[in-house]
Amino acid sequence: MVGVYDDDEVILHAVPKLRKAGVKISEVYSPFAIHGMDDALGHPRTRIGIAAFLFGVTGCICALTLTIWTMGIDWPMIVGGKDPISIPNYIPITFELTVLFTAFGMVTVFFITNGLGPSLVNPNMFDPRSTDNKFVMAIDLKGNRMTEAEITQQLRETGAEEVNIKQF
Amino acid sequence: MASVHAIPSVEEEFIFTSGAKTKLLIGGGIGLAMVLIGAFLLANGSGHEAAEAAHGAAAGAAEHGEEAAHAGNWMTRIWANIWVNAVYFTGISVIGMFFISYNYLAEAGWSAVFKRIPEAMPAFLPVTFVIMLVTFFLGGHDLFHWTHEELFDPGNKLYDPIIAGKQSFLNTPFFLIRMVIYFASWYLLWRILRNLSLEEDRIGGTTNYYKSIRYGTAFLVVFAITSSTSAWDFVMSIDTHWFSTMFGWYTLASWHVSGLAVITLTVVTLREMGYLRAVNNSHLRDLGKFVFAFSIFWTYVWFAQFLLIYYANLPEEAIYYRSRFSGYGGIYQAPFFINLFLNFFFPFLVLMTRDSKMTHSILKVACWSVLIGHYFDFYTNIMPGSVGANGGFGPVEFGFILIFVCAFIWSVSSQLTKANLIPRNHPMLEESLHHDIA
Repeated sequence: MVGVYDDDEVILHAVPKLRKAGVKISEVYSPFAIHGMDDALGHPRTRIGIAAFLFGVTGCICALTLTIWTMGIDWPMIVGGKDPISIPNYIPITFELTVLFTAFGMVTVFFITNGLGPSLVNPNMFDPRSTDNKFVMAIDLKGNRMTEAEITQQLRETGAEEVNIKQF
Repeated sequence: MASVHAIPSVEEEFIFTSGAKTKLLIGGGIGLAMVLIGAFLLANGSGHEAAEAAHGAAAGAAEHGEEAAHAGNWMTRIWANIWVNAVYFTGISVIGMFFISYNYLAEAGWSAVFKRIPEAMPAFLPVTFVIMLVTFFLGGHDLFHWTHEELFDPGNKLYDPIIAGKQSFLNTPFFLIRMVIYFASWYLLWRILRNLSLEEDRIGGTTNYYKSIRYGTAFLVVFAITSSTSAWDFVMSIDTHWFSTMFGWYTLASWHVSGLAVITLTVVTLREMGYLRAVNNSHLRDLGKFVFAFSIFWTYVWFAQFLLIYYANLPEEAIYYRSRFSGYGGIYQAPFFINLFLNFFFPFLVLMTRDSKMTHSILKVACWSVLIGHYFDFYTNIMPGSVGANGGFGPVEFGFILIFVCAFIWSVSSQLTKANLIPRNHPMLEESLHHDIA
């Protein structure tokens, strides 16, 4: 079941009302990020920061291992009169690899957790206008105890301008 | 969710209580007593043995024989201490102006609610100006090697071709003219913005807002140049032979992050005193991010300057870090590392998570870390070149810090009483009250 809204403020206020009325909302699709929508939908806080930190630490350790092992232990080299293991020289590389690991790691984790892997099948599109000028709320009828008519009425009351049924 | 919050009243009158005044006076008094005791001890040779030993070590290293030679008396240490604090607090004060100026230029809305705090800071500039002027006249010869006339005279045996080459810039009249220009332009532009802001409180409208944008932009143009040149004058010229093209940026980064820490600390403190209820977690988080980001920025500039000198290893450049790292018996090694730890590692790790930037206690700890750290930043920049082996950290240093901190808090507090604590007619206030970064 798909509720189509015309305004981000309207849908932002509709979400808590519907949830209060007992409607389970699967997801809200909008052309841009709506401030406060995560809280309104009751999404748990993202844990990607923890993943980012762990990737960063991994990158940092890898870079230090790489530089210290290759330049200082396996084949000690003196560059510019510095000790083979001179940490200041290694900081730029350590920084770059930390950032690289964090960035790639976060993107990968984001894609995996959101199921955005490469695929030949189109993802479910509830209403193509959600990429343009409409705000779309998706409600799974199977997961809801309320009837179709009840939800339709609720959606209309909170300001939905269209209510459609879509089968997948 | 913005609309869910109840917006507290914007009518707030800051009261500078007599209790607070007494505390500040007592603090300043303790500072003065510490300075006097410390000066007495120094003048009477206590701690002199340590200085002698360090001096011996430095002479052994034979690095800064020339600078160390005329840094012998304890008055130099007093002047250097005043100079460190005056430069530091000049920077913090002027950053208040810098902050409101770039917020005006960006037409930023979020900062409007606590705008009075950065706005109150530059009122301290005349104080530091007078202090610096007096210090320059009385102690200039002790602090600034280039003020000695004989260095420029080819016939004199002290003639120094490198310093003589810098004479067109580093000479006393031009230095004084520059100093007056810095303080006059900063203070006058601040005065204009401040008056516009106070008038806006009474008459409302957007005329003053647009005028403020223009004056703020003018200040940024002025500050773009004067921040660098003042850093050369106030700090870099102490190590007269040495120069770094990163130095202007470096000092600006240092001043900026300390100024932001002061703003954050003041906002948090005022909130704990019951003021600024309209400042919400999103404001605090953004301020925390500012401190976090600019402590990293400072480290980036510090490291960019350090790495090039370390890597190129040119003697005339490397001497700067050598004298701080192992020179003068190694007395500046501890401040050198304290500086890095308090200004980078500690705030970096503490302010990293999202919740920490909304927690009063953690913000306070991080801001204090940055503020103490940047004192040591200016300490390591100024002390080795001026005091050399006679430096140290004792009652004199603590005392001057206390005096300056108390005076600065007094100045900011009395400015805050002069207007409603929240700029009630600021056009961006409504946006700021609803600031929400989820």
